[in-house]
Amino acid sequence: MNGRRDAGRLRVLSTSAASISITLFGLILVTFLIGRVMPIDPVVAVAGDHAPPDVVARIRSELGLDRPLAVQFLIYLRHLAVGDLGRSVMTSHAVTADILQYFPPTFELATSAIILAVLVGVPAGVLAASRPGSRFDHLVRAVSLAGQSVPVFVLGLLFLLILYVKLGWLPGSGQVGITYEGVVPPITRMLVVDAALTGHWGAFWSALSHLVQPALVLALFSLAYITRMTRAFMFEALGSEYVITARAKGVPEWLVLWRHAFGNVSVGLVTVIALAYASLLEGAVLTETVFSWPGLGLYLTTSLLNADMNAVLGATMVIGCIYIGLNLLADFAYRLLDPRVR
Amino acid sequence: MQLEIEDLHIGFPGPRGFAPAVRGVSFAMGAEKLGIVGESGSGKSLTARAILRLTPPNAVLRAKRLRFDDIDVLSASPRALGAIRGRRAGLILQDPKFALNPVMTAGEQVAEPLRLHKGLSRRAARAAAVEMLAQVRINDPAAVAHRYPHELSGGMGQRVMIAMMLAGDPELLIADEATSALDATVQAEILRLIEDLVSRRGMGLILISHDLPLVSHFCDRVLVMYAGRVVEAVPAAELRKSRHPYTQGLLLCPPSLMRPRARLPVLARQPDWAEVA
Ligand SMILES: Nc1ncnc2c1ncn2[C@@H]1O[C@H](COP(=O)(O)OP(=O)(O)OP(=O)(O)O)[C@@H](O)[C@H]1O
Ligand SMILES: [Mg+2]
Repeated sequence: MNGRRDAGRLRVLSTSAASISITLFGLILVTFLIGRVMPIDPVVAVAGDHAPPDVVARIRSELGLDRPLAVQFLIYLRHLAVGDLGRSVMTSHAVTADILQYFPPTFELATSAIILAVLVGVPAGVLAASRPGSRFDHLVRAVSLAGQSVPVFVLGLLFLLILYVKLGWLPGSGQVGITYEGVVPPITRMLVVDAALTGHWGAFWSALSHLVQPALVLALFSLAYITRMTRAFMFEALGSEYVITARAKGVPEWLVLWRHAFGNVSVGLVTVIALAYASLLEGAVLTETVFSWPGLGLYLTTSLLNADMNAVLGATMVIGCIYIGLNLLADFAYRLLDPRVR
Repeated sequence: MQLEIEDLHIGFPGPRGFAPAVRGVSFAMGAEKLGIVGESGSGKSLTARAILRLTPPNAVLRAKRLRFDDIDVLSASPRALGAIRGRRAGLILQDPKFALNPVMTAGEQVAEPLRLHKGLSRRAARAAAVEMLAQVRINDPAAVAHRYPHELSGGMGQRVMIAMMLAGDPELLIADEATSALDATVQAEILRLIEDLVSRRGMGLILISHDLPLVSHFCDRVLVMYAGRVVEAVPAAELRKSRHPYTQGLLLCPPSLMRPRARLPVLARQPDWAEVA
């Protein structure tokens, strides 16, 4: 029987590998095409508005833009294969190096947010489903509806207004207080983690207090979704026959809830949470802008505003890859965790 | 074990007013085999589930008396209910495909009541669960204990259900159409298994079915339900002599495992059977 399960796993792996390569190729192609059809002239971005025509022509051929589109794509692919995403005009660094610098703070922010959202959203959804129609249920439903319909930047500005401007409880934007800037040697480039690792406790607390607000705003974004899905899944599970069986066996209600109903729901929730995590990366673009969080989202918006095409395409590509990766992980986790499909 | 039900009413509040489903059912039973028959929607399942207070959450229950020995089921605390469910009375549902937890192995599901009601350790419960699976005559119980419900046939799934419900050594077993979802040959096997286990353990049995000839074959006494009422309660041996036209209809009409036939007659109904006699 174990042999059968292993064979199943192998099959899952190979179909996943096939689907991921197709999706990845699609992502690369679309990103490349967007880069070519954008009404932004990369030559102007490099040379400036008033460059003489011969300079423009020289740069154009240096960038390979005078070659046919298919050839350009092949060159793009060759560079991609060695991790070369070109050079950013704005920072004058390699885009790959920029991304390595800006991604960790985004990862830190999104991960804190998803942990918050899961810790609050899952129990809230489970309890709401266990008492349908109760006051708690109505509260949960109202809050998650509101959380789903209010845009992130509105929430972010509201938080800043209340917690920073009015109450002064939390620091404003940025990743750490000015006095601690550049104090912590970069290890993982996640400031809270690095400060803890190197024992810079002053910087640690400053960084943590800076993390709270954007993480909360971002968490609210997926909290609504996670709570709503948990409630819906649990509500369905609690109406099923095996729950009646469990009760008939004399299983106490909290175990019926968490072992029998939640045990069936958790598989689907892994998928929901992975997708929510992926969409947090999207949400991070806006949140980082509001809170001047030095992450990939801020990097992306800044490069977009500066017509820095290599940077925009590189960041888009990375976000796309992470999105695909998380989807794959969700799918994979589902097939490994559910005895019916493994 | 003594079960007493007097004037049980179950209804559902709905958009078009209150809909009664069970309307004044009364019966008492000890360690005997009681059959409940009646057409679909006559209130058999609701009546049976009320004994364990497992009716749907929106159901409204009312009764002059609903007692399991000295426990008043309607006012029982969750703890007192826990002392009945699985420990003193078990319930077997129709289709193991839905009634077994899809993400727990058969062994885990049988071990659960053993841990709850007998206080066994995880390891002891696992061993005792395999023993229970052997008692319901599953071949190679140690291997089946590791299987998930989707890896079991319907008959095997129902055996696992029976093992699970007998694990707490209850005094009453309620089988709510426990064989209707199975193939005819498997049906007979499972029924014989239930009857055998119940007789050997000296338990009470409530056997719910559409199939009156079958029920009368396995039970001592039969309740015939129609539109939420018991229209007739007769010893199984005297069923043939029954005067009630509805019972006569049930005896003659449906295809029975006990008496297969090619053409099916139609069941007659009259509104006044639903009224109090
Ligand atoms: N959750 C519910 N909400 C509303 N009405 C219900 C609900 N459950 C049962 N009923 C009603 O109660 C009546 C009796 O249901 P019950 O399940 O006891 O019938 P039954 O005799 O077991 O029928 P079957 O042979 O089909 O299982 C049905 O007519 C149904 O309409
Ligand atoms: Mg029924």
